[in-house]
Amino acid sequence: MALVENGGGYEDGRFRVSEATAGDFVALLKPRVMSLVVFTAFVGLLAAPVAPNPLIAVIAILSIAVGAGASGALNMWYDADIDAVMTRTAARPVPSGKVLPGEALIFGLVLSALSVMTLGVLVNWLAASLLAFTIFFYAVIYTMWLKRSTPQNIVIGGAAGAFPPMIGWAAATGSLSLESVILFLVIFLWTPPHFWALALFKCEDYARAGIPMMPNVVGEASTRRQIFAYSLVVAPVAVLPWLLGYTTAFYGVTAILLGAGFLYYAWKVLIMADADRAMRPAKALFGYSLLYLFAIFAAYLGDAVYERAAGLAGI
Amino acid sequence: MAEDDKDMVTLTEAQKKARRSRSLAIAVALGVLVIVFYVATIAKYGPAILNKAM
Repeated sequence: MALVENGGGYEDGRFRVSEATAGDFVALLKPRVMSLVVFTAFVGLLAAPVAPNPLIAVIAILSIAVGAGASGALNMWYDADIDAVMTRTAARPVPSGKVLPGEALIFGLVLSALSVMTLGVLVNWLAASLLAFTIFFYAVIYTMWLKRSTPQNIVIGGAAGAFPPMIGWAAATGSLSLESVILFLVIFLWTPPHFWALALFKCEDYARAGIPMMPNVVGEASTRRQIFAYSLVVAPVAVLPWLLGYTTAFYGVTAILLGAGFLYYAWKVLIMADADRAMRPAKALFGYSLLYLFAIFAAYLGDAVYERAAGLAGI
Repeated sequence: MAEDDKDMVTLTEAQKKARRSRSLAIAVALGVLVIVFYVATIAKYGPAILNKAM
């Protein structure tokens, strides 16, 4: 027996006790998105000129991961209605009924507060402020406002996903720099072609949910042109760290090759036939864009580790 | 409040199992939090944390 006031909720006038397991709450944290956040934050932290205490660095990354997960939980709480009608998201914990909406909301709020406070108290308050702003930006500005109101939703909302390397940098140095802003820009400018490639082949899903994604609002042809335009910008911006002398030629050449690949896939999307419903070029760009971001940051990380090792060895 | 006045439900096996899973996760999370704050305090302040005027 259990008192009904503990962990339950009313639905259709009947009391319902949660059957959510710990795994369902982990799913609320969007682990796949979190892994990219952790990785980019880690690169920002390690690329910084100041080497933080390893334990403090681990705590910083942990706090950023939990903060990112918290914003994912808040997003799933608010978006449960549209997640339920999209094939890609219908199995998420809230629309599938595994986690009650109120549980997701409280879980997200508690983890948000906990992650920001931990980062502030144990690392520094600049990083904590950036993390708090990122959670607010993703949950309120993107999820509650932009997502359902403008086709520029993921362009502006992309800032939320772009902040982690800046937070990592701030965690290590207690300040910000042009280098960290460039890392921000790489993710920020990468977001539109990445998500619009997905929106092209998930167009019907988004239309059913009533989300004004770019292809649904301005059409596929215009979206394809915009994807290519953003690709033309993100590829050279990713080379900037080398041109500005922040990295070695290893990163520079890697970024040029990866950028050329990005432009190739974006070009294939641009010339994709209107009648092509399989949309293989869009699917290929979506897949490549994930690889691109991972590889760019991995190259940046490799470069930073090499430079640090070379510095220690006095080379 | 008398026991009869309480609004009680009988949990199903699935609900009990889910509750155990959540309870365990909360215990682990709290344990990790304690360790994180303990270790971070030592790492951040070192022996200076003990250097307090009596």
